[in-house]
Amino acid sequence: MSVSEQELKEFREEVSAWLKENNPGDPGFLLPESFMEVGTDEQFEYLRDWQSKVYHAGYLGMAWPAEYGGGGKPQVFQDIVTQEMARQRVPFMTNTIGLNWAGPLILSRGTEDEKKKYIKGILSAEDIWCQGFSEPDHGSDLGNAQTRAVRDGDDYIISGSKIWTSLGTYARYMILLARTSTDGPNKYAGLSFFLSPMKVEGVDPVPIKKLTSEYGFCQTYFNDARIPGTCIMGKEGEGWQIAMETLMYERGATGGQAGGLAAMDLNINDVLELAKRSTRNGKPALEDPLIRDRMVQFLIEAKGNALMIPRTRITALNSERPMAVAMSGKLRGTELKRRFCQFALSLQAANGGRFVGPQAIDGGKWQRSYFNSFSATIGGGTSQVQRNIVGERVLGLPKS
Amino acid sequence: MLLDTAMDFCSTHSPVTSVRTRIEEESDFSDDLWRQVIDLGWTAIIIPESYAGLGLSMTDLVPIVESMGRNLMTTPLVSSTLAAHALIEGGSEEQKNTWLPRIAQGAIATIALAEAEGSWNLKQLTSFGTRTNGKVQLSGSKNLVENAAAADVILISINLEGEPVLALIEKSLIPDGALTREIIIDETRRAYQLDLDGIIIDESMLLASCCLKQIEYATLLLLCAEMAGGHAAVLNVIVEYLNTRKQFDRYIGSYQALKHPTVQILIDMEASRSHLYHAATIWNTATEDELEIALRMAKAHASESFAHAGDRAVQFHGGFGFTYECDAQLFLRRALWCQYQFGDEKYHRQLLAPLLLD
Ligand SMILES: Cc1cc2nc3c(=O)[nH]c(=O)nc-3n(C[C@H](O)[C@H](O)[C@H](O)COP(=O)(O)OP(=O)(O)OC[C@H]3O[C@@H](n4cnc5c(N)ncnc54)[C@H](O)[C@@H]3O)c2cc1C
Repeated sequence: MSVSEQELKEFREEVSAWLKENNPGDPGFLLPESFMEVGTDEQFEYLRDWQSKVYHAGYLGMAWPAEYGGGGKPQVFQDIVTQEMARQRVPFMTNTIGLNWAGPLILSRGTEDEKKKYIKGILSAEDIWCQGFSEPDHGSDLGNAQTRAVRDGDDYIISGSKIWTSLGTYARYMILLARTSTDGPNKYAGLSFFLSPMKVEGVDPVPIKKLTSEYGFCQTYFNDARIPGTCIMGKEGEGWQIAMETLMYERGATGGQAGGLAAMDLNINDVLELAKRSTRNGKPALEDPLIRDRMVQFLIEAKGNALMIPRTRITALNSERPMAVAMSGKLRGTELKRRFCQFALSLQAANGGRFVGPQAIDGGKWQRSYFNSFSATIGGGTSQVQRNIVGERVLGLPKS
Repeated sequence: MLLDTAMDFCSTHSPVTSVRTRIEEESDFSDDLWRQVIDLGWTAIIIPESYAGLGLSMTDLVPIVESMGRNLMTTPLVSSTLAAHALIEGGSEEQKNTWLPRIAQGAIATIALAEAEGSWNLKQLTSFGTRTNGKVQLSGSKNLVENAAAADVILISINLEGEPVLALIEKSLIPDGALTREIIIDETRRAYQLDLDGIIIDESMLLASCCLKQIEYATLLLLCAEMAGGHAAVLNVIVEYLNTRKQFDRYIGSYQALKHPTVQILIDMEASRSHLYHAATIWNTATEDELEIALRMAKAHASESFAHAGDRAVQFHGGFGFTYECDAQLFLRRALWCQYQFGDEKYHRQLLAPLLLD
């Protein structure tokens, strides 16, 4: 289906006007910047209502098939919405795990029943999803996950525990990686993948306090929780392969996500704006040559990252190492954010030592963002492990 | 030997568990611990014998503050000592007679130099004093004043008719509601905003000389001591985890991605200590330029490297590093506080450049 430029232009205007009209605005409390930071009921309710509103206006999952609740339109429409959301800095879509990794996974390899059952609830935010991959003893070494799933008649009995479960207390479903067998040829062979209900007996998500002193993720205990056998995705033993596919969605290395703004990140222009209103020795901070140099370095780095995205669409410009850009995206983006948040604190001079509260610059959001930036340099695979992966898969370096 | 005693005392009396309890508590510090610090004579160290002190120097305080930093121990020792130092350097005979013996015996004092804008230039003041009939009427506010609620006396800097001056405010002159607790990144500390509006002090409370530079130097020295201790401790936190946590059936410390940066943290820590001990050693004898260079080098190096160590400590603990329960955050918060008080690395490097290059 080809779409005319005119039609797209009109659509952009329509979306832009709708967002302006419907932006839920300042809730009067500090909003999280991503789903990993949602820590209070008021934050959660606010974000869930907003996602629901966007979906019901027809602006989410626009390229997902109409028969399951999507919009059935070309991807370009959704991309326009996402761009406009970013431009107007409206709140993000909080059901991130559902929209961006469980959803595309179900659409790509789920059964007809699974698509009918799950997709619409993901889009409307009626069904929040969480991810049960990491365990206390196995994070980077995910393949070693030990949570057990034992077949019992028509059901599976789950025991063990998952940890760092973002949105764990709000979720209705979990994408769960669990061990159905211990005697395969290697650690990966015994893993299976489940679309597992959270609101059943024996599943107990317990919130954990974060370094920001807020709450926001959980340890999820499974005490012989009984889930229907139909929750398994694919066959027993296919868990690792499906988990890897999921991580490709999660790290943005594969497309197919529902779209919509996934995070309300502070970006380099926010740092610039902060620099413009900061002072150093009674003079504007941006007159300081050191601050100027650092600021320009960050702008170059951020621009470089932004330019990678359109470049990947031109195959000829990526022929030597086709996955280099896609596979390094998370690493580049998250490490940059960590560093520019640090820099933002230094712009505040002695006030860099404040924390979230009315006296801090911008309510302390820079300090909080710096701390929260580790959620992305650790979560979804740590930067160290990302470098191993890029080294091995993109450069073909030997495995350690 | 002072270092040994201090290390012993601080690790016994300020284990991490008690640091965490302190964070939760309303009071600014533990009275009991403070009493013991006084009994050890630490509050009298820099006070001359003629004012009932021990007549030692700031140098002697360095190992103590380093040990406190290592154990994240907080008492008013540093703020009281800095105020005492200011009095020794710039106070009148009467002020010294009044306050130094009391501080030696444990009266709590603190310094209030920072203001809302957070400028590191201590002479750039927007709180004012106006003289009227032998009195000075104050206005504006001071910020990030440590231990202010418990202080018997606060030493403030103000702009008095265009000149920076220092003045003492006794506790009895601070009206109800003039102190507001401020939320700071290092939760082991307590800092306050002090509203000066309406406070009137006697002219005799002004210090004879505005020894801002001397106060800055002493603060830098003690901040560096605190940072060196904290840096050593956070390194231990990292090493402990690298030696016990396994992934892929190997200790994570065996991965060079973690091992090599941790070695760099060690090297940076040792450099911070060398800079610190050098500055402490020449404290009493150096020319002003030598001392300034030593202190600014020490602060520039420590600010950057301790904050980096705290940052890596979080990262190297993985998901656990992201929790409140992990000690990495305690040190990262401490490091960030110290980094942004009295100038970060860029600030000091800029001041060093002309001293070293021109
Ligand atoms: C805010 C946040 C939200 C999260 N949300 C979820 C969630 O919803 N669901 C979920 O399943 N998980 C979640 N995670 C978990 C995350 O995926 C893991 O924390 C991560 O994979 C690291 O595992 P770990 O915590 O066990 O750390 P470890 O694997 O123990 O790592 C510790 C340190 O060792 C390093 N390391 C480990 N192996 C190597 C190696 N081979 N080479 C070099 N260095 C290595 C790591 O880089 C790290 O610095 C979340 C984490 C955070 C911080």
